[in-house]
Amino acid sequence: MPTLISHTEPTAPARTGTQIRLAGVTKDYGLAAPAVDDVSLTIEPGEFMTLLGPSGSGKTTTLNLIAGFETLTAGSIAFDGTDVSNLPPHKRNLGMLFQNYALFPHLTVAQNVAYPLRERKLAKPEIARKVAEVLELVQLTGRDNHHPAQLSGGQQQRVALARAIVFGPNALLLDEPLGALDRNLRGTLQAEIHRIHREVGTTFVFVTHDQEEAMNLSDRIALFNNGRIEQVGTPEDLYQRPETLFTATFLGDSNVFDASPAPDGTFAWEDNIWTVDRSTVSARAAAGDHVALVVRPEDVRLEGAVPADANAVTATIRDIEYMGAYRTAVLALGHDGVAGRARLDALAADFRPGQAVTAWWPVARQHIVATL
Amino acid sequence: MTVTLEKPRRATKVDPIPWWLKLVGLAVALYFVLPTLFVIPMSFSTATTFQFPPRGFSLRLYQNFFTNPVWLDALRNSVLIALLAALLATVVGTAAAIGLHNLTGRLARFARTLLMVSIVTPAIVLAVAVYISFLQWRLVGTLGGYVLAHAAIGVPFVLISVTGALGGFDPKLLRASASLGAPPLRAFLTVTMPLISRGIVTGAVFAFVTSFDEVVIALFLRSPALQTLPVQMYNSVTVEIDPTIAASSSVVVTAVTTICLVLQFVGGRRRNR
Ligand SMILES: Nc1ncnc2c1ncn2[C@@H]1O[C@H](COP(=O)(O)OP(=O)(O)O)[C@@H](O)[C@H]1O
Ligand SMILES: [Mg+2]
Repeated sequence: MPTLISHTEPTAPARTGTQIRLAGVTKDYGLAAPAVDDVSLTIEPGEFMTLLGPSGSGKTTTLNLIAGFETLTAGSIAFDGTDVSNLPPHKRNLGMLFQNYALFPHLTVAQNVAYPLRERKLAKPEIARKVAEVLELVQLTGRDNHHPAQLSGGQQQRVALARAIVFGPNALLLDEPLGALDRNLRGTLQAEIHRIHREVGTTFVFVTHDQEEAMNLSDRIALFNNGRIEQVGTPEDLYQRPETLFTATFLGDSNVFDASPAPDGTFAWEDNIWTVDRSTVSARAAAGDHVALVVRPEDVRLEGAVPADANAVTATIRDIEYMGAYRTAVLALGHDGVAGRARLDALAADFRPGQAVTAWWPVARQHIVATL
Repeated sequence: MTVTLEKPRRATKVDPIPWWLKLVGLAVALYFVLPTLFVIPMSFSTATTFQFPPRGFSLRLYQNFFTNPVWLDALRNSVLIALLAALLATVVGTAAAIGLHNLTGRLARFARTLLMVSIVTPAIVLAVAVYISFLQWRLVGTLGGYVLAHAAIGVPFVLISVTGALGGFDPKLLRASASLGAPPLRAFLTVTMPLISRGIVTGAVFAFVTSFDEVVIALFLRSPALQTLPVQMYNSVTVEIDPTIAASSSVVVTAVTTICLVLQFVGGRRRNR
């Protein structure tokens, strides 16, 4: 298979997809807590939206509600402003990609891809033309007459992708489509999905628990936790401006200092009074009493004089982890030895385990987040 | 797939079946098959009463079977009733299997058991129950009566074989087909049915054969105008002492065996595709 993509660069991506608006969407299976709890989210036409979150946080249920496989307990779903809450799945015109591919084993590749076109009663020559076109798009030309069982996992997922986009769906829903593939293939197919999103230009709703995958692919990420949306934003928003402790720790590593705000508005931790820049206090932290100060390992310094606009804490180096491009110092912070990490770049001094240091970071690089 | 093996075949062979196991297998097979095969030499006998070993060779019994309207009507009735009963049992049994497959819990288990009851109920009990209720509904001696009663005893076989086939069916495929625009009935016809067809066909054949050789209920339902082949066979032995039964038995055994072998062959080929 050619690794170089031979397609000509598309002129400005055609944003042709459907807007999907969830309002107060709730699904209760009668368990201790609803699987999806009052989720409101607007997915813009042509947007690549990722539903990210740990296992069991309600991502699949939300996707199935959009697809119409589950019925709403409360709330509503609208496509381009038209309520579809009670529309059966076969009338929603959505492409769907499953983790186990869900190809029809008794049909050939071409027949699988032609399936949605047959259901729409297209003429035979038109079906043949569209099937050939889309198989070229996913780089599977020449396998028309293979059965799914004769293809590798990656090829099967390409067939499923072709089948899900060939009929020009309102949106494409993807439920951990790369979960069953090995690491290398995941990377290739990630790039493929990215390219096809650009070329097809329709709305993508992508479910994953893999933060790296989410960061690489998404226009925006909706981070799920316990059936609720924790935060919605661009990958950069979520990484650089986390609202909650959950967001700060789910995406990337964070050093966490549980802080209690004093009546005078300052934050104290052990015997430190943190200097706080108002711009780093998240809205949700400002609204509540339960907050924490978090700072990324790459923002923590262990050497040099502590500048005025920085917070510092004493630390002991527990271990140095060699990561290839950089090293990570594993730290015990403060009197109680709270676990923390600092990233050491290539030019940093040689630190040794057991060494006492001062860990500091610019005030502007820290985040005050809500813990509840 | 074509792979040329360089190594001698024996090298790839693992765990051959031991000779004594083959012997036991053969003995058991003969034990099951021999009694059935005895009727075939008898059907070519020249005798006018039952004799074993058969004497002489003639096609007289076959001629009798295929020219006597009593035997021919009975054969035609049996085939018609078995076809209709199998059709009805297959539709009901498949629907029940699919419905129950999606259900869990006590009610579903209860319903499943209820549908299987006719397998473990003594035939005579069923027959009497059918007779009493059909008398009231004026179904005794009617085509509809035979079909309904035989379909009822055929349903469990369809239920078992279709349930088995559904075990290997991935329900995600139905979601896929719905997302691709297929309404539920289309999804069933284009996805579910082709994938569980083996179970459906197996169940249908069992239902057909069950009806075709059913004798107890048929004895109760018979009327001078309408009786099945097994009942005619029963009559020919108990009332008329007519050796034509040997020919009719041979025809039935050969026909049923052929159907089963053909299905096996077709099914096997499809699996290897
Ligand atoms: N059909 C169902 N019946 C009962 N509970 C369910 C069903 N589907 C999902 N759940 C529950 O809902 C919660 C969310 O599940 P899911 O949406 O699959 O999470 P995710 O896709 O984020 O891993 C889980 O606690 C799960 O056990
Ligand atoms: Mg899931």
